[in-house]
Amino acid sequence: MADLTQASARELARLIATGEVSAVEVTQAHLDRISAVDAKVHAFLHVDADGALGAARAVDEKRSRGADLGPLAGVPLALKDVLTQKDVPTTCGSRILEGWRPPYDSTVVRKLREADVVILGKTNMDEFAMGSSTENSAFGVTRNPWDLERIPGGSSGGSSAAVSSFQAPLAIGTDTGGSIRQPAAVTGIVGVKPTYGGVSRYGLVAFSSSLDQAGPFARNILDAALLHATIAGHDPLDSTSIDAPVPDVVTAARAGDVTGVRVGVVRELNGEGYDAGVRQRFSEAVALLTSLGAEVGEVSCPHFDYAMPAYYLIAPSEASSNLARFDAMRYGLRVGDDGTRSAEEVMAMTRAAGFGPEVKRRIMIGTYALSSGYYDAYYGSAQKVRTLISQDFAAAFEKFDVLVSPSTPTTAFRIGERTDDPLKMYLADLDTIPSNLAGNASMSLPVGLSPDDGLPVGLQIMAPALADDRLYRVAAVLEAALALQWGHALIEEAPAL
Amino acid sequence: MSTTYDEALANYEPVFGLETHVELGTVSKMFCGCGTTFGAPPNTQVCPVCLGLPGSLPVANAMAIESTIRIGLALHCTIARWCRFARKNYFYPDMPKNFQISQYDEPLCVEGYLDVEVGDSVVRVGIERVHLEEDTGKSLHVGGSTGRIHGATHSLVDYNRAGIPLVEIVTKPVPGTGALAPEVARAYVTELRETLRALGVSDVRMEEGSLRCDVNLSLNRVGATEWGTRSETKNVNSLRSVERAVRSEIERQSEVLSAGGRVVQETRHFHEDTGVTTSGRSKEMAEDYRYFPEPDLVPIAPAADWVESLRDALPELPFERRRRLREEWGISALDMQAALNAGAVAAIESTVAAGASPRDAYKWWMGELARQANERGVEVSTLPVTPSDVARISVLVNDGKLTDKLARQVLDGVLACEGSPDDVVAARGLEVVSDDAALGAAVDAAIGADPDAAQKVRDGKVAAAGALVGAVMKATGGKADAARVRELVLERLNTDA
Repeated sequence: MADLTQASARELARLIATGEVSAVEVTQAHLDRISAVDAKVHAFLHVDADGALGAARAVDEKRSRGADLGPLAGVPLALKDVLTQKDVPTTCGSRILEGWRPPYDSTVVRKLREADVVILGKTNMDEFAMGSSTENSAFGVTRNPWDLERIPGGSSGGSSAAVSSFQAPLAIGTDTGGSIRQPAAVTGIVGVKPTYGGVSRYGLVAFSSSLDQAGPFARNILDAALLHATIAGHDPLDSTSIDAPVPDVVTAARAGDVTGVRVGVVRELNGEGYDAGVRQRFSEAVALLTSLGAEVGEVSCPHFDYAMPAYYLIAPSEASSNLARFDAMRYGLRVGDDGTRSAEEVMAMTRAAGFGPEVKRRIMIGTYALSSGYYDAYYGSAQKVRTLISQDFAAAFEKFDVLVSPSTPTTAFRIGERTDDPLKMYLADLDTIPSNLAGNASMSLPVGLSPDDGLPVGLQIMAPALADDRLYRVAAVLEAALALQWGHALIEEAPAL
Repeated sequence: MSTTYDEALANYEPVFGLETHVELGTVSKMFCGCGTTFGAPPNTQVCPVCLGLPGSLPVANAMAIESTIRIGLALHCTIARWCRFARKNYFYPDMPKNFQISQYDEPLCVEGYLDVEVGDSVVRVGIERVHLEEDTGKSLHVGGSTGRIHGATHSLVDYNRAGIPLVEIVTKPVPGTGALAPEVARAYVTELRETLRALGVSDVRMEEGSLRCDVNLSLNRVGATEWGTRSETKNVNSLRSVERAVRSEIERQSEVLSAGGRVVQETRHFHEDTGVTTSGRSKEMAEDYRYFPEPDLVPIAPAADWVESLRDALPELPFERRRRLREEWGISALDMQAALNAGAVAAIESTVAAGASPRDAYKWWMGELARQANERGVEVSTLPVTPSDVARISVLVNDGKLTDKLARQVLDGVLACEGSPDDVVAARGLEVVSDDAALGAAVDAAIGADPDAAQKVRDGKVAAAGALVGAVMKATGGKADAARVRELVLERLNTDA
């Protein structure tokens, strides 16, 4: 048997369903891979070998009984440590939650279990999903498999690294300002932020409630679609979950077609500040789309220039409130409780010790932005910008079916390179933030290696809310055409670990 | 009225306002499916949502929204066409998320009023807003002498109450009630409680905390145009306390002002035992709750026709009901107030429906039965007598079958559970003796026994007949119809003459 960790999710599911390999063998192969390489990559915070093998055995038993297996039954997956999984440690990359084992499953996990997906473990992330490099994790950095001295993106860097280093064929990430798409871009894989409300947030530990969205990582478009379809759908436990049929992303991924599709290149998401290599690969991909039959034009979304400042008011504001519950009273870390200190003192000491500097920075920014006398100027203005950005998208989508841009202005930067400069760090999400603010669907897929540094470059496709299928329809064609050019998938060029 | 109080009112005009919190009687909590039974063992009615566990999300209780709208309609409010929940951020261990989901600048109901009767006059109390929020948990401070946090060695928190739907009803400031301010305040809470009871939205038990009041009070110099600084008294949890708290604050603030001091804007605590308020925390440095729209919940947009159908289905409200009954019964506002205070309105109404005249029904319930209830120390409505029993007794009296005195004996029998009024009449042999032949003999005997009285009557001193009537009544054991006896006495003595 060839190396099972190299196979796609769809191929693994087929092998398991036909009985050519067992789910336990597939899971064990990935656990072995984790043992072999994760000391170098550090994608996982917690590997749940027993749980994974137990789930795999259940799949094998189900098959032996002749029961129907779903399209991802027995396929291993890496779960970002921001989603609750009953009795499995969930830290959100923070000391303040160290040791907490949630008593309930998130809806995403429930759906994965129902689909017989095997959860290998929890992946590293920037603390509470705040960051673009996974350097803000309290439990150490994760390394980019393409170059171990570089960041895997963030905040879902553990998930992107796990998939790109073949420790898992699939992973779940969450995307508040680009935290799926940017890591996917810099590790040469596919990452999708579904339409806001498309995937339930129940059990997703909130960073910014109005922006957070869970979505799939995979090494190819169809695998991403299969996972997307598995986790999406209305959830009565999440009021913001959309009660509408899930767009048929799997069919779209199988039947890619760009003939006559109107593709708008966003003028504001390019130019100054973008690596030459990124711009080159992006332009080539756009040219390829034209040659494949797409109608490509340029579109201006003038308010995108204000997306970053608006985001850095809205997200911290919501975070300052969402993170208030971490106070040592009910779960997680407790510092200073020596029997003499008041509850307030214990809360303050715990939060001082338990949160890292970036989290504290954002709590302070958010607290300030919401405070009386400043609310209108900051949070209020940011919400107005948000409306204007949505209007820009609406106008653009009248002329174009999808919009495209580079996924991030640069390739993976070096570990430590931007840690002293938050503003520079924030620029990594320049291209991805507008879709979070507007709540529409968005994807990053690999379009080549930068000629500057040989690192992956991602192209972002944006579609209107509830038109997630368009992402897959366009991306499937581009993926196939690029693979034809290269003679293989880009990820196969990743160095051996 | 004490001198202090009289002096205060000679110099100052009190302005009060009331904030009332009402726990709704919904089966489940505001944002989750947990039960709401009062008195359940601590922390047994909790789940990830009402414990605010990381990742959990609220889903609004539709019945609570409906109840709030019905309250708003009963209070003649305008119902918002579109409004949102807001987060009120502050840290306290009994608040699991360290923010309370409440409403801020977009309450569900605004601008209404409640008419309140005090003596013969009606005071219209303006309603500023009615909004919906979640209750907090309950802290129990252990080891101190007072049950307060000061001096306690540790605290326990019961989250059963956390997330119970709470409606806050805020009045506009009520000026112009002068010395009656304490009474009007009490009458408002009484009327509000009756209204909520009629709506069936809450069990409104002040002793269990399902209805809680804060009393705001300020004084301004008589004739002044600007209102003074107000205090906010918490913990006012009985009708009597509302009255006492207003009075106590009028006296206290007047003393402060008369001594040349100034009233501090602060929270004060009311003490049931002493009837006075003491200073809590100062509000001069107002806490900044950093309100912002709750991003985890969708806006509430009640359909106009649904609101109208709720309005149409409102029950008759206590104020209107009392006005109708007063007219039907022909009684004064004070008599109605007495019936209301005695809890006898429903019994009187049922007695009238069972065939008694309103006057008789009122007389029985507020006379003999009220006396009996008072002797037994119970509510009149709990006596073992039905409105139809009372109606039957009243009919028997009006038909001349019972005298008032006999009727009371029948009632005694009914209250002693001897059966229906007719059963008691039969068993005790209480029917009026109205047989003229039998009475005639007794009259003759009385005349024969008291010739002096008989002569006086013959001489035209009709008042002397009383002695003869009394003798007949005595001889018949009170079962004779006194009026008929009198007629017979006069007849015979005139005949003799």
